[in-house]
Amino acid sequence: MSTSHVLLGLLAAGNRHGYELKRAHDTRLPRAKPLAFGQVYATLGRLQRDGLVVTAGQEREAGPDRTAYALTDQGRAALAGWLAAVEPPMPYVTSALFTKVAVALLVADLNAARSYLIAQARAHTDRLRELTAVKTAPSTTLDDVVAVDYAVAHLDADLRWLRTTLARVADWHREVHP
Amino acid sequence: MSRLQARDVVRSYGPTPALRGVSLDVADGEIVAVTGPSGCGKSTLLHCLAGILRPDEGAVRWNGERIDTWPEAARSRLRRTEFGVLFQFGQLVPELTAAENVALPLLLAGTGRREAGRAAGEWLDRFGVGHLADVRPGAMSGGQQQRCATARALVTGPRVIFADEPTGALDTLSGEEVLTQLVQLAREQGTTIVLVTHEPRIAAYADREVMLRDGVVDPTGLGLDETLVPLPAAGPGTDPR
Repeated sequence: MSTSHVLLGLLAAGNRHGYELKRAHDTRLPRAKPLAFGQVYATLGRLQRDGLVVTAGQEREAGPDRTAYALTDQGRAALAGWLAAVEPPMPYVTSALFTKVAVALLVADLNAARSYLIAQARAHTDRLRELTAVKTAPSTTLDDVVAVDYAVAHLDADLRWLRTTLARVADWHREVHP
Repeated sequence: MSRLQARDVVRSYGPTPALRGVSLDVADGEIVAVTGPSGCGKSTLLHCLAGILRPDEGAVRWNGERIDTWPEAARSRLRRTEFGVLFQFGQLVPELTAAENVALPLLLAGTGRREAGRAAGEWLDRFGVGHLADVRPGAMSGGQQQRCATARALVTGPRVIFADEPTGALDTLSGEEVLTQLVQLAREQGTTIVLVTHEPRIAAYADREVMLRDGVVDPTGLGLDETLVPLPAAGPGTDPR
C-alpha cells in the first residue's frame, strides 16, 4: 500500500493537518497495518518536497501549532494517475504460505509439510471466524465490513488452497525427492 | 448441561447409512455450524435435532427430555413454539402474502389475528422487507423471500433456529446480509442456532464448527481424509508414507 497516495486521497477532500490525516486514515482503512504519526509527517515532508502538497496555514488550539496541508495540481494529477493505473493481478506467485510448504518439502519430510498445512488451516479458520464476528457486531461500520470482506475472501481462498495442497502434497513430495 | 443434545445418533435411508453414531451438545445461545461435504449427513443430523426425523438409534434431548420418542404431533408443536426451521428455499406458501406467511406460525399457535399481523409487520420491518408485506413470494427476489422466511422462523421467539444452507440459493451479498441479520438478532435475543453449511465462510459466522464426514464427526475438524493427517513422527530414514 502506498501511504503517499492514501494521504493525497485524504487531502483531496479538503485541507487537513497531520493529526486529522492519521485519524481519517484509521477510519477509512480500518484494520490496516497501523500508521504511526511519525510516518504521516515524514510522508507529508516528502510530498511537500516533491511539490504534491503545500502547507496551507497554521492553527493553534490548546496544543502545539498544527500545520494544515493542501493538495497541489501536481498532487491531484499524481493521485488521478495512481487511481487510474490497474494493479497487475498477482504478477509473481509469491506468498509466505506457498513458500513455506515448498521449503518444508525440500528440507523436511512429508509429515512436516502436512503438519504445517494443517496448523495453518486451523489458524486461518480461527482468523476467518474472528473477522466474521466483526461483521455481526452491533457497532460495525461499513468501513469495517468492506475491510473485513476483503480479508475474509482472501482467507477463504487460502483455505481452499491449503486443503487442495494437503491432498496433493504426497505426490509433490515424490516429485521433489524422486 | 446443554439444552440440546444428540447422543450416538444413527439414521439410515433404506440400506444407506447417513449418520453412524453422532453426538453433539449445543449450549444455550450458542451458534454451531455443522459442516462437511455433500452426503456427509449434516442435513440428516439437523433434521434429527429439530425433531423432523426420528433416529434409528441413539437419543435427541431438549431440556433433558428425549424428544425423539415423542409422537409426531408433539414434535410438530415443539417446532411451532420453541424451534424455528429455515431451509434453502421453497418455504413460503405461494398463495399467501409476506405478512400472512410470517403470521402463519403465530396463528397456528393460537395467537389472535390482529396480534399476529402486528408481529409479522414488525419482523418484516426488522429484516428490511416491511414494504413487501402485501406481496406474494412469486413477485419477490430470492433474497427477499429468504428474508421473509427468516422473519417467519423468528416470529414465534424460538429458543433454537435450525438453518439448513439458508443462504445456498442466494448471491453472495444477499446471503451475507440475511445471515448477518439472523446472527445479530440471535445474539441479541440469546437464540441458539444450528447452521448447516458446506462453505467455510458461512461456517465462520458460528461460534464453533462441527464437521461431519461419512456420517460421523470428523476428528481432524478440517474435513480431511484421515490418511492425510500426519502420522506419528517417523524415525530417520523412514519413509513417511
